[in-house]
Amino acid sequence: MTTEHTRKLIALTAIWAALLLAPYWMAPLGGYTALATRVLVLGLAAMSVNFLLGFTGVLSFGHAAYFGLGAYGAGLTLKFLAPSTPLSLLFGMLLGGVAGAILGALIARRRGVYFAMVTIAFGQVFYYIAFQWSSLTGGDDGLRGFSRQPLDLGLVKIDILSNADNFYYFVLLCFALAVGIMGFLLRSPFGRTMIAIRENERRARFLGIPVERHIWIAFTLSCFFMGFAGALYALVNNFADPRGLHYSQSGDFVMMAVMGGMRNFWGPLLGATVFVVLQDYLSSVTVNWMSFVGMLFVLVVLFFPRGLLGFVRRKSDA
Amino acid sequence: MTQLLLFNITNGLIIGAFYVLMALGLSLILNLSNVINFAHGGFLVVGGYIAYTITPYVGFWGALLIAPPLTAAIGLAVERVLIRPLYGRDPLYSLLLTFGLAFIIEDGTRFIWGAQGKPVTIPTFLGQPLSYDFFFITGYRLFMVIVVVITVALLFVLLRYTRLGIRIRAGTLDLETVSALGVNVRMLRSLNFAVGIFLAGLSGVLAAGQLGLEPTMGTGLLMPSFIAIIVGGVGSLPGTLLGGLLIGVASGMTAVFFPAASEAIMYVLMAVVLLIRPRGLLGEEGMLT
Repeated sequence: MTTEHTRKLIALTAIWAALLLAPYWMAPLGGYTALATRVLVLGLAAMSVNFLLGFTGVLSFGHAAYFGLGAYGAGLTLKFLAPSTPLSLLFGMLLGGVAGAILGALIARRRGVYFAMVTIAFGQVFYYIAFQWSSLTGGDDGLRGFSRQPLDLGLVKIDILSNADNFYYFVLLCFALAVGIMGFLLRSPFGRTMIAIRENERRARFLGIPVERHIWIAFTLSCFFMGFAGALYALVNNFADPRGLHYSQSGDFVMMAVMGGMRNFWGPLLGATVFVVLQDYLSSVTVNWMSFVGMLFVLVVLFFPRGLLGFVRRKSDA
Repeated sequence: MTQLLLFNITNGLIIGAFYVLMALGLSLILNLSNVINFAHGGFLVVGGYIAYTITPYVGFWGALLIAPPLTAAIGLAVERVLIRPLYGRDPLYSLLLTFGLAFIIEDGTRFIWGAQGKPVTIPTFLGQPLSYDFFFITGYRLFMVIVVVITVALLFVLLRYTRLGIRIRAGTLDLETVSALGVNVRMLRSLNFAVGIFLAGLSGVLAAGQLGLEPTMGTGLLMPSFIAIIVGGVGSLPGTLLGGLLIGVASGMTAVFFPAASEAIMYVLMAVVLLIRPRGLLGEEGMLT
């Protein structure tokens, strides 16, 4: 085994060990299990954004829309269709993914800043729908009146509603599943093609790769992941918020990805951890937390454009 | 019915004119520097609050003259310090930076001027409706349109006939060649940015007179400008002009039949344009796409 291999193996073991044991080491450090759950879900969302941003090189700035759709999909399922947690996750994911597939077909031909602008603008459509259609979505107040249901496995029932640890492990399982699929996709020939497009689109085109179709598929896949993360988020809060669809939420996700390190598979999770913990802390100590978050954006862009992991790697290479 | 429709079309044109003013500034910066200025709405708010602060001393007319250049000066400083290092890097970074900047500006204005809405006093004769029995449009709205028309005309004269304007247009097409011809591209970008922020500041003063001021108002006004640019075609200023008027009229007309959708119609319009003519109405193939 090469050193590169061992290093990767150690890092992976460390990440999963930290995640598995989070409820035990978070509390003594002043955290709480619900915070860890939120980090996981938002981390998954940031990784889904990065699936497109970091690995296909396409700048989508409207991904919160599909996250929010996932949340509303899950909430509406629980409220009106069936009191089933797995079903709500499925429908939430489908809602986000299908919407992404349809809009992706419209925007896959655009590039660069144009792509960013169109994704932002289309993302806002769903924000307005959630905001205006208050008879269904609760409008500005958000969608309330549902809660996650115990998992019924036939023989045993697992209470994930009132037991925070149980719920954390349920979310971790979902996270592992999604991240596993994501990793598998990136290792597949399709994933390699995505990276080829990122590195040199013109060359990929000359090699006969249907670039538009690949970008559309990558966009759609990332929207499915996003919808899944959003559905989980609705379960975390027992609430779906129209502001979860707003482009400022998209900005947060992109920030998490950039802050952790876009070129690294795990970077966005690290970024999400730092971001969520910092925001949680700041909003508890100052009313001007918005300024601090804004300052964080400016500082990261100016001084750590490669993100924390990119920064560490460069130091260790030098 | 016809009268109602006519009234709403006029109204839409007025709103559209306002969108145009804001979108043109955004478009200028986007075309030359490839920067999506998320803080544009923030600069608009700053312009409005500056006008609010100086109105007691210099009156509305003084504020209208002084606030936009002051805003442009702030914009110039921001460009120098924060945005200049990002030229030539992935547009992602300038996008994130201006995004954070918008946060800081919104929170900063709330910190300085408070979260409550602030009215800006306009001259009384502008506040009167023009005619009571036909069109219920205040003189102020007509005044807004006049200011926009004059400003847009001046902008197009600047771009068409002055050396700076010709360089900006040339730079939009091929910045590298412009640089090779000995033009100071850094300076060009700064000036262009300042002109864009000047327009944002002017929009802010005008909006303050109509809507009053709130720290959050910039965010809401940003999206229509985006759509105006996309509908008109990225890279084309006349396109932005057309796009702004078009979405104004479309939302004005929808307000008659289905008020709840008057905001959504802009997005529908955008989707239709992207389907039929992906480069936008007046956009050229290959520009920034």
